[in-house]
Amino acid sequence: MQLSTRHLLGIKNLTTEDISLILSTAAQFKEVLQRPVKKVPSLRDVTIVNLFYENSTRTRFSFELAEKRLSADTINFASSSSSAAKGETLLDTVNNILSMKVDMVVMRHSASGAPHFLAQHIPAAIINAGDGINEHPTQGLLDAFSIQEKTGTLAGRKVAIIGDIMHSRVAQSNIYLLKKMGAEVTVCGPPTLIPKYISEALGVSVNYNLKETLEWCDVANVLRIQLERQNQVLFSSLREYSLAYGINRNLLDSLHKEIVIMHPGPINRGVEMDSDVADSKQSIILQQVENGVAVRMAVLYLLSGRN
Amino acid sequence: MQVLLSSNQLSETVHQLAAQLSSRHTDLDDVVFVGIQQGGVVVGNDIVTSIQQNNSSKKIQYGQLDITFYRDDIRNEILTPDTMNLPFAIENKTVVLIDDVLFTGRTIKAALDVLLDYGRPAKVELCVLIDRKEHRQFPIQADYVGVTVQTNKTDKVKLVNKEVVLITR
Repeated sequence: MQLSTRHLLGIKNLTTEDISLILSTAAQFKEVLQRPVKKVPSLRDVTIVNLFYENSTRTRFSFELAEKRLSADTINFASSSSSAAKGETLLDTVNNILSMKVDMVVMRHSASGAPHFLAQHIPAAIINAGDGINEHPTQGLLDAFSIQEKTGTLAGRKVAIIGDIMHSRVAQSNIYLLKKMGAEVTVCGPPTLIPKYISEALGVSVNYNLKETLEWCDVANVLRIQLERQNQVLFSSLREYSLAYGINRNLLDSLHKEIVIMHPGPINRGVEMDSDVADSKQSIILQQVENGVAVRMAVLYLLSGRN
Repeated sequence: MQVLLSSNQLSETVHQLAAQLSSRHTDLDDVVFVGIQQGGVVVGNDIVTSIQQNNSSKKIQYGQLDITFYRDDIRNEILTPDTMNLPFAIENKTVVLIDDVLFTGRTIKAALDVLLDYGRPAKVELCVLIDRKEHRQFPIQADYVGVTVQTNKTDKVKLVNKEVVLITR
């Protein structure tokens, strides 16, 4: 079986077969990561550039580790310390890197659609590591993998996505993926952070009440408040946000069931989630990080064929 | 399509291989059996069941090994991996690799690479149901062979519905 695409630009254009293939391959890579030698030679003839035009810790490390576990050669690019700071265009930078015989490009960019633009202009396989407020497909895949691993299935699972939906590429990738795989999705947050027509556009439910949403769901994926993407005041203060939408121990204890807590990181502790929630046994936040490496190995492996 | 081993002959060959393995390994504590996905696992299941029936006192250690990530022709075609399951340490053990057909030797070379990433076995032996001896591309030979067959290089030899068949191209 092969993926239907040669790039991973978003979940939007993946088929359910693609998603299942990536998730089942990731399960095999997770086994690789438990071995004494956590490395396979699959990509030893492949060179990958990690092109990060925007800050990242988790995703960049996760991709780099995945590449190394697959025996690929890697080069890292951070825009702040490169010629991009001297005014070189994206396409020029990439073409210069490709002339050094690079096979795959992992890219994060603050402009939505940047990896799609690149895919039209260069021959290498492109993997989107987050583009603006559009998509973060590998995060969507690792979240789905983690939900499936923890709860057994995606189909019929009730997943709440809580917080800043408006500016979140994680939310968008999660919604596309979960809907394709038959899960039910409710988004929850202040009305100013939820796009007005999201229900019609993406087929999700909207609930502005946190307690009701948590009572409904099996899994709560809690997003970070992205202060860097907001150029207007969408809620009055972090304290007020935390009072209305922060998840704390008392709230979880008041529910009639135990739900799974997820967060893509980095956590604003005390804002969207309290420490005793983030560090509780209901939380699978660190498993998400661990699974991220296996999922990214699967994506890199499946896209590494030469057409 | 030609039947190389009928279902009865296949089961007889499996029992012979199991008997040879049992007589060579009287102490099963230091031996682990590993079937190579996918055909080798089918044969391995039968061989291990047969050995287990004759040694009911000891639980035989049996795992499944997948070579997908270690293939040397990986860039020609990206294949989906099968399950890898080695729920025991192979350090200082004798590992008996089991495969259905030994052809070029490339699968076995990859399987050895996989195995060494799990530890350092004391010894590795190879048991195959069918040996297509004249087509070897690597210096690899089996320690236990069910049947040696003469084939053309382009032929396919496969396990299909409890029979071993030769498909001529």
